Amino acid sequence: MTTATIPPAPLHHGHRVLMKGNEAMAEAAIQAGCDAYFGYPITPQAELLEWMARRMPEEGRPFVQAESELGAINMALGAAATGARVLVSSSSPGISLMAEAMSYMAGSEIPMVLVNVMRGGPGLGGIGPSQADYFQATKGHGHGDYRVPVLAPSSIGEAMALMADAFELAEKYRTPVFILADGTLGQAMEPVELQFRTPPRVAADWAVTGADGRPPRVVKSMHLEPEDLEVHNRHLQAKFAQIAAREVRWAGEHLDGAELVIVAYGTAARVARTVIARARDDGLRAGLFRPITLWPFPSAALAEVAARARGVLVVELSAGQMVEDVRLAIEGRTPVAFEGRTGGMVPTPGEVLDALRRLWAATTADATRPTREARP
Amino acid sequence: MTTDTPAGARVIFERPELLADRSTHYCPGCGHGVVHRLIAEVLGELGLGPRTIAVAPVGCAVFAYDYIGVDFVEAPHGRAPAVASGIRRVRPDAFVLTYQGDGDLAAIGTAEIVHAAGRGELLTAVFVNNGIYGMTGGQMAPTTLLGQRSTSSPGGREASFHGYPIPMTEMLAIMPGVAYAARGSVADAPAIGRTKQYLRRACEIQLEGRGFAIVEVISNCPVGWGMTPTQSMERLREVVAKEYRPGVIVDRTKEA
Repeated sequence: MTTATIPPAPLHHGHRVLMKGNEAMAEAAIQAGCDAYFGYPITPQAELLEWMARRMPEEGRPFVQAESELGAINMALGAAATGARVLVSSSSPGISLMAEAMSYMAGSEIPMVLVNVMRGGPGLGGIGPSQADYFQATKGHGHGDYRVPVLAPSSIGEAMALMADAFELAEKYRTPVFILADGTLGQAMEPVELQFRTPPRVAADWAVTGADGRPPRVVKSMHLEPEDLEVHNRHLQAKFAQIAAREVRWAGEHLDGAELVIVAYGTAARVARTVIARARDDGLRAGLFRPITLWPFPSAALAEVAARARGVLVVELSAGQMVEDVRLAIEGRTPVAFEGRTGGMVPTPGEVLDALRRLWAATTADATRPTREARP
Repeated sequence: MTTDTPAGARVIFERPELLADRSTHYCPGCGHGVVHRLIAEVLGELGLGPRTIAVAPVGCAVFAYDYIGVDFVEAPHGRAPAVASGIRRVRPDAFVLTYQGDGDLAAIGTAEIVHAAGRGELLTAVFVNNGIYGMTGGQMAPTTLLGQRSTSSPGGREASFHGYPIPMTEMLAIMPGVAYAARGSVADAPAIGRTKQYLRRACEIQLEGRGFAIVEVISNCPVGWGMTPTQSMERLREVVAKEYRPGVIVDRTKEA
């Protein structure tokens, strides 16, 4: 079934091709210099694993279909601890199983990239597209005090570009990095101009390679003495603060003079773009604020944009998760409304446009009290 | 690290170069120190120190990296064989060793050890079986013998209530990916000598590219067993070794 989507010819930088999101991310990782891939089949990311099963051996690089998501992520931990550039991919239930090792990698400062092609939950849920793992990716995932950079592409071309960026971030800060995609991005096909990039290698002077001519190295997260663990945690927190200060990314569309701002990422941002075009045709001055890093969240930029608007509408494929970060960023200075669908359902442009109109009505009904919370 | 030798004397026993010159956190009489020493001796004799990447478990041997002077990665509980498989795949020239206890390997990490063995990963696995969770205070392990008391089987392990002990190494030995499986013991000097031979062979098999090699070492836990070190060694010899019988369980390098 999937072989039909494998292009017959090699993929060349600069070519424009029709590609499936899962396969495009896989090829982008290979072109970014991914040394090893470990995975386990799960819908809707299975084509990423299948692409790697074919392509990694062609490149003479390791591919292992593990016994479980636990196996896959721990193979990645071992391989990445030697300084290799490693990719793992899965979908929501599998990502939950990987939480333990992600916490170890954050604590041990092991760089690695993990793709989550999100599906509907909780539990086994369904296989339709979802953004219900936002909390999981941005607020912890595993146990302990740590953060992981989270990159959220909203097109297949952007997903390919972010793959190289993700490896670069991971190695620059010695941290695992999430790419948070959803089932639509993984399954859809769209034309992409192939823009491959191989980030330069960073000397891994911490990696385990065999203690030949140097003292032995240990890659570990354990610091049994509370005093030592606190020192280590302060070091980690300083690193997270540095990432938060330097690595925030977002994109804006039609924000100049926007009175209504839709905040959305990934597939929800694609819906929002359609809605904004229709709203502007109707004379509503609406713009899009699209976070690309979900952690660090672009709070300062959003607060500035929101301060000039009458209302903010957050659109997600969830029951409302990112909306909490939006409210924290805006601190009640502008009304915030939410529109979302769950379980694999995607909000229609009509539903979102209705929500935007309700927000407009609520925020213009009482112009003297623009800070009042909108009640759509 | 040799000390000054008086004229006319010669050194016949010394600390292996790869064994750290420090006291360990292990309880008095514990067998882990013996196993650490054997590993340090074998790696040193085969000249593998500079090539070795070892994987430490969760459990009593969590600090193995403080005592054996090679590169180490800490694995989450039970995942050492998966971590080692990842290392193996990206570092074909490395010598890769895992060190696990019975809770780590035979309970929480069952899937990882079975599949690493099933894939025939070129790994040398050391499995120290003392039939108890020592680090957490002496709870029942999958390898705890029937009738044995622990803090979570206070009346003794009963088959009808707790299930049977799991013979992990025999289970692994039936798989074609396993080139070598043996069981040693730290009960006395002759047993320790044979255990060293098994460990050495398990390392050579990785170097020869023959497949997965595992050496189980039955060991004691005086504190967890509620015994003196001497009593615990007697139990190891007289009781445990009757259930988990030392010897070579499979050597596929001699077949075919």
